[in-house]
Amino acid sequence: MTLVEAGARKPLVREILGRKDYAIIGDVIEPGSKVLDLGCGEAELLHWLMENKRVMARGIEVNATKVQKAIARGVSVYQGDLESSLHDYPDQAFDFVILSQTLQQILQPLPVLRQMLRVGQKVIVGFPNFGHWRVRLSHLTSGRAPRTELFPFEWYDSPNIHFLTIVDFEALIHKERWTVEKRIFVAGHREVRFAPNLTAEVAVYLFRK
Amino acid sequence: MLVAHTQFVRFDSLSLDSGVTLTPVDVAYQTYGELNASKSNAILIVHAFSGDAHAAGRDPETGKPGWWDNMIGPGKGFDTNRYFVISSNVLGGCKGTTGPSSIDPGTGKPFALCFPSVTMADMVRLQKKLVDHLGIRRLLGVAGGSMGGMQVLEWAVSYPDQVAAALPIASTARHTAMQIAFNEVGRQAVMADPDWNNGNYYACRPPARGLAVARMVGHITYMSDESMREKFGRRMRERDKAAADFTVDFEVESYLRYRGNQFVDRFDANSYLYITKAMDYYDLSLGYASLAASLERATARFLVLSFTSDWLYPTYQSLEIVNALRSRNRDVAFCELTSTYGHDAFLLTVEEQAEIVGGFLAQTHRQENGR
Repeated sequence: MTLVEAGARKPLVREILGRKDYAIIGDVIEPGSKVLDLGCGEAELLHWLMENKRVMARGIEVNATKVQKAIARGVSVYQGDLESSLHDYPDQAFDFVILSQTLQQILQPLPVLRQMLRVGQKVIVGFPNFGHWRVRLSHLTSGRAPRTELFPFEWYDSPNIHFLTIVDFEALIHKERWTVEKRIFVAGHREVRFAPNLTAEVAVYLFRK
Repeated sequence: MLVAHTQFVRFDSLSLDSGVTLTPVDVAYQTYGELNASKSNAILIVHAFSGDAHAAGRDPETGKPGWWDNMIGPGKGFDTNRYFVISSNVLGGCKGTTGPSSIDPGTGKPFALCFPSVTMADMVRLQKKLVDHLGIRRLLGVAGGSMGGMQVLEWAVSYPDQVAAALPIASTARHTAMQIAFNEVGRQAVMADPDWNNGNYYACRPPARGLAVARMVGHITYMSDESMREKFGRRMRERDKAAADFTVDFEVESYLRYRGNQFVDRFDANSYLYITKAMDYYDLSLGYASLAASLERATARFLVLSFTSDWLYPTYQSLEIVNALRSRNRDVAFCELTSTYGHDAFLLTVEEQAEIVGGFLAQTHRQENGR
């Protein structure tokens, strides 16, 4: 299926992109809005949003090869490190600023989150939940750094440098007095509501200042 | 391969930044591909310092390909199956467009140093006349590397409504002291040649030795330590013993001499002086509070490219442009491509550039057609 056909049919975003956080983000973004995706990779999500929601899309990505692919796809992506690149944008330049599955890899997450809230009206953050029961069980039984399907890395080659849980993120939101508009917790391809810090593999938050 | 035909157009006059009006002004240009019915698929290619109108295709007389032939043509980065590509020689040049070697109608002799000083804005003003002459109201894109990138920036701020996409490649919004310094060495080499004769050499011998040395310096700055090591190393030519007769020993010497001598045949020494000065004087931010303020007027989509090994126009200069645009929330894409070729990379790193440029232009085309 080409993207053009997909666009005509408007399927769920995950059918195209195969990532559950993308599916959620695709649903949340309002048509015609201005979107900045941090760590956008080859801009699959932004391209989908352009095709299907006619958004004004911008991305930041540090990997030159991925930036090449993204620009070749027609998305205006800036090659740069997201921790130092946000400063240049004016206040409230975007309707949505997305940080998907990268929060746990950023050296200084809080300044980045604050910058996101400065340049965007609303922020969407998706992260893997290290509070999931499998992670806890793996850590408890093996006595080693947890390794699960979701976190398959050895401690020494993992891109993840922070191990936050849903409860941790809630605490930060409370401390910073951010307003949450939506919380979505996912396991597999389903949304979970009961005891998310135990059952959710991925959490997606939509919040603002 | 495309066959390139140089065309000429004469304009009655051109007002210059210096206050002087040139009458008349000739422009040499080439076009490739077909202009569509709505005249919405035109791309202007603006050349680097020593370029000319022959950007693509094969010259019917010499058989030589254009200076950016690997990027312009059917199925290439600037795809002539889809776009109408225009390339012209700059004002002050020596390949058909009016410059210091042209005949001054007032005296019937070459202008030489009586030629008025020209600026990037003057060059762009003349290109605008050409684009108007071709009946194009809005360019899909303006693209160029090095000095071409300066003209791209000038287009984007001078005629914002006429440019949908701006592609400054391996370029800068203003020269640094280092860039001015290299240009000055080139100019001094030309002027130190007694044959230069204050610019009056058209009736006798041109300052070939000075111009060749200037070009040798230029070529060093276009390469990189790595590319020179790869290309020449310490290889000797025809002998392996050092000799103190100062003939050609090393491959790199041979190459530079060859490129220097070759340049003399195709370039005018006074054009060298005028055009390098125009580059050195160029400062997009002049008269503005900041570079960002000067780019405020630009509404085009931007694609800015730089190259890792380019030390003459380093990436930070491209980033100055990009970050100024981002601070005004303009549509800008930026990528630093990996290459060992130095500044020459914009002419040689074809595959990656073609993919990026092709996708960027296709998206611009879609947006322009109100999809």
